[in-house]
Amino acid sequence: MKEREDSVKEKGRDFNDVNMQNYKSYVFAVMPKSKHFKNIILAFVVGGLICVIGQLIIEFFVFLGVSRVDATGHASSCLIVIAAILTGLGVYDKIGRFAGAGSTIPITGFSNAVVAPAIEYRCEGLIYGVGTRMFFVAGPVIVNGVSIAIVVALVRWLFFLYC
Amino acid sequence: MVISLLKAFLVGGGICVIGQVLINLTHLTNGKILVIFLLLGCVLEGFGLYTPLIEFAGAGASVPISGFGCVLVNGAFDAAKNEGVVGLLSGGLAAAAGGVSVVILFGYIIALIFKPRTKTK
Repeated sequence: MKEREDSVKEKGRDFNDVNMQNYKSYVFAVMPKSKHFKNIILAFVVGGLICVIGQLIIEFFVFLGVSRVDATGHASSCLIVIAAILTGLGVYDKIGRFAGAGSTIPITGFSNAVVAPAIEYRCEGLIYGVGTRMFFVAGPVIVNGVSIAIVVALVRWLFFLYC
Repeated sequence: MVISLLKAFLVGGGICVIGQVLINLTHLTNGKILVIFLLLGCVLEGFGLYTPLIEFAGAGASVPISGFGCVLVNGAFDAAKNEGVVGLLSGGLAAAAGGVSVVILFGYIIALIFKPRTKTK
């Protein structure tokens, strides 16, 4: 802790007068540096492995006779359920702590972003607590996604009709 | 089968690496990273590029959140071809409804079953 304080003083010494202009660069100077290379490797391995599990589920559904397009959707739903249970058990947060984007970007990260606040704010009540906080992260994702998707699909449709 | 697993691993891992580099460089929060990748998937599918990627890499492209964006755009576009403007507005969410409903249902069930735990380091 002492060392940490010293290094903060060391790095922040050019910022004796922190004001509104240089506050952001001050924060960047004193915040702990993350290990970039290690983070990237971990994100690659964990993200890749989650996709491999998804692919295994797809192959399983195709083996059962489901079409490949439907199997892709089913696999995403299965991963969402698995991630929801792992979040409830507290396992997913542990994975997320070292995997970074590897656990955020797959659909499991979306599931985790819904379930984690739902559990956390259960004490505020099942109707307002869970119902509101559940979409704390997922809300922006769905709102932005649906809006942009409609605009993009409109442009593509107009090109399809008139070009 | 082994080849398809390898392709899923490489493409899925690659997409996550792009996200991790973005986090390392810009210190964006997880929610913003999710939105950025969703929009990226939407725009790529707008040019018709994401479906070929899913055909090539399978779960490697459909499991990352950008695959969700692809489903939204594809659903809206396909419905627009059949039903016009009504299809354009309803098709996206209709195509993604399964996934969103599963998230909501299981989010609620898990919140009922499990108790919040204190975060340990």
